[in-house]
Amino acid sequence: MTAVVWICGVLLSAGAVLSVYRIWAGPGMVDRAAALDLLTATLIAGIAVEAAVARRTDTIPIMLAVALLGFLGSITISRFAAREPESERRILTPAEARIADELRRAKAERDSEEGEE
Amino acid sequence: MNWTTVADVVAAVFLILGSFLVFSAGVGLNRFPDVLFRLHAVTKPQVLGLLGAMAALALRIRSGSSVWMLVLVALFALITAPVSAHMVSRAAIRTGQMDRGALVADELADDIKAAQSNLAEHAAEEAAAAVAAAASSDVAGGSSKPGAAGESGVRGSGAKAGDIT
Repeated sequence: MTAVVWICGVLLSAGAVLSVYRIWAGPGMVDRAAALDLLTATLIAGIAVEAAVARRTDTIPIMLAVALLGFLGSITISRFAAREPESERRILTPAEARIADELRRAKAERDSEEGEE
Repeated sequence: MNWTTVADVVAAVFLILGSFLVFSAGVGLNRFPDVLFRLHAVTKPQVLGLLGAMAALALRIRSGSSVWMLVLVALFALITAPVSAHMVSRAAIRTGQMDRGALVADELADDIKAAQSNLAEHAAEEAAAAVAAAASSDVAGGSSKPGAAGESGVRGSGAKAGDIT
């Protein structure tokens, strides 16, 4: 049984790390919602592995609650997902932020010149 | 070899199978290029992996009331996974966070085009009716401006056609 626990633990941890990476990388809110869904499923599977090894039944309601919470979470995110510009989908590095700022300023100047004409 | 050993072995197999499926969902989440592909790769193995874990747990616990709770969890996962996947993909399409060009067949695009042309026809009819009404009131000596009425009607229809998706 120890070997089984190790195999399951490694697989589930790898799955959790992969979904956390997707939550970090985005690029859109809906990608994060999908990854969050997978993360809750991984959590439930992990609790199930622990319960199967220890033969305990008191964690089953926790599984039910986590399943409900994950469902409500992804539904809420997708219900209130807003249309977001391409450039604002992730946190920019300082260099990228500077470039974006300059572009925005240049565009504003151009617009105001056109307005004067 | 009695049946409890067999149940334990089957439970171990189910546990590994379920964990592997959850792991493969994680791989699919990072391997595919677009939201809809990722949802496809995530939703199904996730539910099947959860079912495997629940079956394993039921085989290990082997007591009536707890097994029914596990059936409830599995049933809940089966019911909610398609709903949440549908909502997420709907949000992806509505907010434009997906690559339309990557689709092999885009059936929604045809429907949107048909709906928009319907709306445009409808709006054109409305605008024509508004112009006609304004003209008749003008003839009757009213002070309304037919051009303005027609323009506003067209602009409203444009906004409506853009809103659909």
